[in-house]
Amino acid sequence: MIERPIVDVDIACVGFGPATAGFLTTLSRHLMNPDGTPAIESPANPGLPLQVACYERADDIAFGVSGVVTRARGIRATLPDLDPGRIPMATSITEERIVYLLDPGTASRRSATLRAADRVVRLLGLARDHAVELPYVPAFLQKHGGLVLSLGQFMQHIGSELMMSGTVQLWPGTPVESAIVDDMEERVCGIRLCDQGVDRAGNPQADFMPGMDIRAALTVVGDGPVGAVGRQLDVDFGLPDGHHQREWAVGMKMVVDLPAGTTLQPGTVFHTFGYPEPEIFGFFYVHPDRIATVGIFVPSWFASPMRTSYRYLQHFMLHPYLWRHLEGGKLRSWGAKSLQESGKRGEPLLVGNGFARVGEGSGSTNVLTGSGVDEAWTTGTQLADSVLELLRQGKPFTRENLEATYVARRRASWVEQEGRIAEKSRDGFHRGVIPGLLGMALAGLTNGKYSVGGEPRILPSVAQYYGRRIPVGELNRILSDCRAKGTACHDALMDRCGWPAIPYDGQLLVSQQDALLIGGKVQAPPGYADHVRFVYTDFCERCVSKMCIEMCSGQALTPGPDSIPVFDREKCVHCGACLWNCVAPLEDDPLRSNIAFRAGAGGLHSGEN
Amino acid sequence: MSNPFQIVVCGSIVPDPLQTLEPVMGPGGPSLKNEMMLPAVLDPWAGHALFEAAHLAQQIAGSKVWLVSLGPKAKLQQVMMTVAQKVPFELVALDGPSSGFCDSFETAAVLAAAIAGIPGIDHERVLLFGGWESASRGAGSTLQMVGERLGIVEQFQGVDRITVRGDGSFEILERIEGGRHQVSVCAGPPAVLGWATGHLPEPRNNPQVGMVNMRTVMPSLQRAKASPVPNTGLCFGAVNLPKQQRATRIVKDLAAEEIAREIVAWIGEE
Repeated sequence: MIERPIVDVDIACVGFGPATAGFLTTLSRHLMNPDGTPAIESPANPGLPLQVACYERADDIAFGVSGVVTRARGIRATLPDLDPGRIPMATSITEERIVYLLDPGTASRRSATLRAADRVVRLLGLARDHAVELPYVPAFLQKHGGLVLSLGQFMQHIGSELMMSGTVQLWPGTPVESAIVDDMEERVCGIRLCDQGVDRAGNPQADFMPGMDIRAALTVVGDGPVGAVGRQLDVDFGLPDGHHQREWAVGMKMVVDLPAGTTLQPGTVFHTFGYPEPEIFGFFYVHPDRIATVGIFVPSWFASPMRTSYRYLQHFMLHPYLWRHLEGGKLRSWGAKSLQESGKRGEPLLVGNGFARVGEGSGSTNVLTGSGVDEAWTTGTQLADSVLELLRQGKPFTRENLEATYVARRRASWVEQEGRIAEKSRDGFHRGVIPGLLGMALAGLTNGKYSVGGEPRILPSVAQYYGRRIPVGELNRILSDCRAKGTACHDALMDRCGWPAIPYDGQLLVSQQDALLIGGKVQAPPGYADHVRFVYTDFCERCVSKMCIEMCSGQALTPGPDSIPVFDREKCVHCGACLWNCVAPLEDDPLRSNIAFRAGAGGLHSGEN
Repeated sequence: MSNPFQIVVCGSIVPDPLQTLEPVMGPGGPSLKNEMMLPAVLDPWAGHALFEAAHLAQQIAGSKVWLVSLGPKAKLQQVMMTVAQKVPFELVALDGPSSGFCDSFETAAVLAAAIAGIPGIDHERVLLFGGWESASRGAGSTLQMVGERLGIVEQFQGVDRITVRGDGSFEILERIEGGRHQVSVCAGPPAVLGWATGHLPEPRNNPQVGMVNMRTVMPSLQRAKASPVPNTGLCFGAVNLPKQQRATRIVKDLAAEEIAREIVAWIGEE
């Protein structure tokens, strides 16, 4: 029996994302005196400065994924001298456009109303390159004066500064399995790192090394929307009354070397809607040095039982309005992540005895303005100010004390105020795209006073969704053929529905597996258990749509024997799409699905996303 | 039983080999496109040397491992947060270039000076480890020259195993042509061992090891001396990528035998 090692620190952070970066940046400035003596002594290790350790699953601190177009109010408040020129791929926003993309073909699944509107737009000669640029950007969407960033490069910059300060520890390649919860005291006492030397099911092998217990007076949970620790706390302590986390999206992006001679200027930003499907929003922004980021959001309210991201991303790039800029470009990096789109209404318990939640997993993302990084960063700084206040006063990290400091700061901030405005702004999308857009506009223009309501609907079955386009016998044949070949079905179904074939060029239009290879490559260090598991395999046997396979960003889930998907850890980018695309809710907890998305190691290797 | 060794591992960072690397020619000579943006890792060859060094030090009581690393400080620091979790060592950080286009002669001079300056280093106990090649400094000549500058004449390259004998001598397996090994016996340190892949798997990340290493890693990084590597007199005629390895084609309904035939033919073209 190998004893589980234990280490005592004062503050343990889970995940190194923008929120934790804001937390550590603010905290680290106050831990040492100018003469090198500790400004705050460590209660856990008397005589030493405050011991702060941050544990990140990815192999590097720069492997985050986000499409960052941000006003950067919070970031600049912390870093008033921030010079974008010092951060690769960063630049100030110079031009913003909102563009409605029409369907250049006939495959996009548009309602009769939308098709009629498209015809009118064309008849009036308003469309160029099958797109209409809106005459202005509503104030609530404007990011003018803000920054275009690569999250990876920004995190690398911040992480380097933090490590150089010598006041906090950042440990990449160190996934956190769970929070250590004292049930009697309803207190989080620290975290447990993942076991190593185990088989795929987690059974110890000859070289078993139990994950270390990191005991801490405060655990800062910033592991994002699909992080294992945040979701564990949601289960253990529940969500506040009326809150839910049922709106999601996958954001998938490519970083592209634009062709020589491009006319696009750094800082140019396009936000798009309307294509490849009306429900799919897109973005395109230009970094310095002829680099662009292009990507889409595929939301949970896109009521397709075969929704996917990669194929749609390719059709998005091929839209004439964008392709005129992208043709001849070259893929540099690729990535995907899940976004928690419930925003303020997805907010969990922000604090409890011994823990605090920051960032996207704490419901800070603004779903109206489409902004998350700056909000996440700001919640981190608010927690840091609160922690410093409590430490200086010698007060413990109890729920009451954290509520009186951190939660109070957060409630009084712009993150909260704007989050409330955004709270119901997207509900209309559950009724359809046009009500959704109207709801966003209403909420944005009335500061959240009015919006269009709507509730999530049950997804149509595959037969219902494709019924008008594909005879049922042929549909079943396509599904069974694809599954017999061990592939997802969406490509064959999209082909059948008239989506044109992708003209692969080996540079930018590449197969999904080549995107993984060229765009960063995936690593899965040996000795860790599979982090994607199926809770009840009989649910999978009965599942017809198998949306986890269709929506898997890395093709890590494929059809397997007995109708149970097969998981290949070496292709998983940890986007977490399978978690919320599983359509088999657990009977005892309908908000949880049949996929257990646990803590795991590895993932995509790219510092440019 | 053998006296303790002082094992000095020369190893720096290279762009993550998983990335697509593209050489570009600039006014200051060749470099890799966006090199500072690419994730970095410990040079895989040097990594084998470090893990073998730690394994050896564990076997011979009182032995100690230093890792001497020349690279941009910020990047070194980032990589060390992972490397430090693998095995115990003391870092000697040198703030300079880690480019693959540095002159190996000048690089060796900087490394040798840093090793000679390690407090408490005993020349007679030194085993100088490193990769026999490097993922970026592919000349494979740096380590030999470091050894020569330190006056170490017993040099072994392409090492896969070292076995210490009871009398303090050690047996070394060096790779030679034909997939075979040459067996040498060395009476004792000092010696240079340029490692091939060795025989040890990459150790697991162990946060406990990391926390112990951090006591020396962070101070070493903070006091890392600026160590420029002058490329005086060095000029590059041309820089080319290795022949393209990826050739993706989308083909439907091809029989497995046909795919196999194509692959064999493709390999034959190399």
